[in-house]
Amino acid sequence: MSRTSDAATPSTDAHLALADGCLIASHRLSEWMSNAPTMEEDVALGNIALDLLGQARGLLQAIAEDTGRTEDDLAYFREAQEFRNPLICELPNGDFGHTILRQFFVDAWLADVWPALAGDPTVDPRVRGVAEKAVKENAYHLRHSSTWVLRLGDGTDESHRRMTTALDALWPYRGEIASDAWYARVEPILAEATLDIPPRDAWTQRSSADGWHTEHLGYLLAEMQSLARAHPGATW
Amino acid sequence: MINGEGRRAWPLWEVFIRSRNGLHHAHVGSVHAVDAEMAVENARDVYTRRGEGVSIWVVPSAAIVASDPGDKESLFDPALDKVYRHPTFYEVPDGVSNL
Repeated sequence: MSRTSDAATPSTDAHLALADGCLIASHRLSEWMSNAPTMEEDVALGNIALDLLGQARGLLQAIAEDTGRTEDDLAYFREAQEFRNPLICELPNGDFGHTILRQFFVDAWLADVWPALAGDPTVDPRVRGVAEKAVKENAYHLRHSSTWVLRLGDGTDESHRRMTTALDALWPYRGEIASDAWYARVEPILAEATLDIPPRDAWTQRSSADGWHTEHLGYLLAEMQSLARAHPGATW
Repeated sequence: MINGEGRRAWPLWEVFIRSRNGLHHAHVGSVHAVDAEMAVENARDVYTRRGEGVSIWVVPSAAIVASDPGDKESLFDPALDKVYRHPTFYEVPDGVSNL
């Protein structure tokens, strides 16, 4: 299949999906830099993006060690079909409400993933180390996105309308990240935000596990990878 | 959204950070936020990115009562010539080992 398959174990695949999810979500948030609604929110999104980047790097370094590559090989020299991030992470930012709701869904996913990895003694200690740090970071991210979902959903007519539009657009991408725990985390916040919760069994997009992505990932990678590809081996 | 055309400005909050347990909260700056919870989050994001604090206070800037700059001389100048209010003014008597 892909060139990662030779050395990949089942856990490596799962860790790669997690690493790529964090990396791509981080890049999307970084696109808000200098464009967020307020200076304070600009810094907040930047902080979250940097946390996610740190999490991605920790995992990519472990995977790279095990497969004889470097983290830069994995981040900058793979093609779109080799990425395993959940599709929702690569969706364009849209308006601020769309970004917040996307990040809320991602945060709620990671809120289950990180504690499970941190608390499992059979998990690779390098991955567990990343997870232990990420549990605390994610708790803040989830708090940030949750409070914004509440404010915007239960805010003005316009913010409510925009959140409804975002929910319609994003709900079909929950398939790879949703679990019973995820629904239990997400649905009460959506309800409190006065948003109509779509059904759990509504149609959802296929996963990226076999390398299928939306058209948006290629453009994202073109920007994210251009510097490293123009100047291979450059450090900064 | 701050001060945009036809939009309401978000209220200003003063931020106080305690850098270590045992120290007092010190004023570090201000943030805009729509409510107290957002003010704490914004203060965290803007002012504690480099490990500056262990505790945050936010106070609506409108709640701060300030002295009048025009009163500066009457308020503060009288203290300038009272050197005896400084502990260094006094000589430590012989026989006092711990002061």
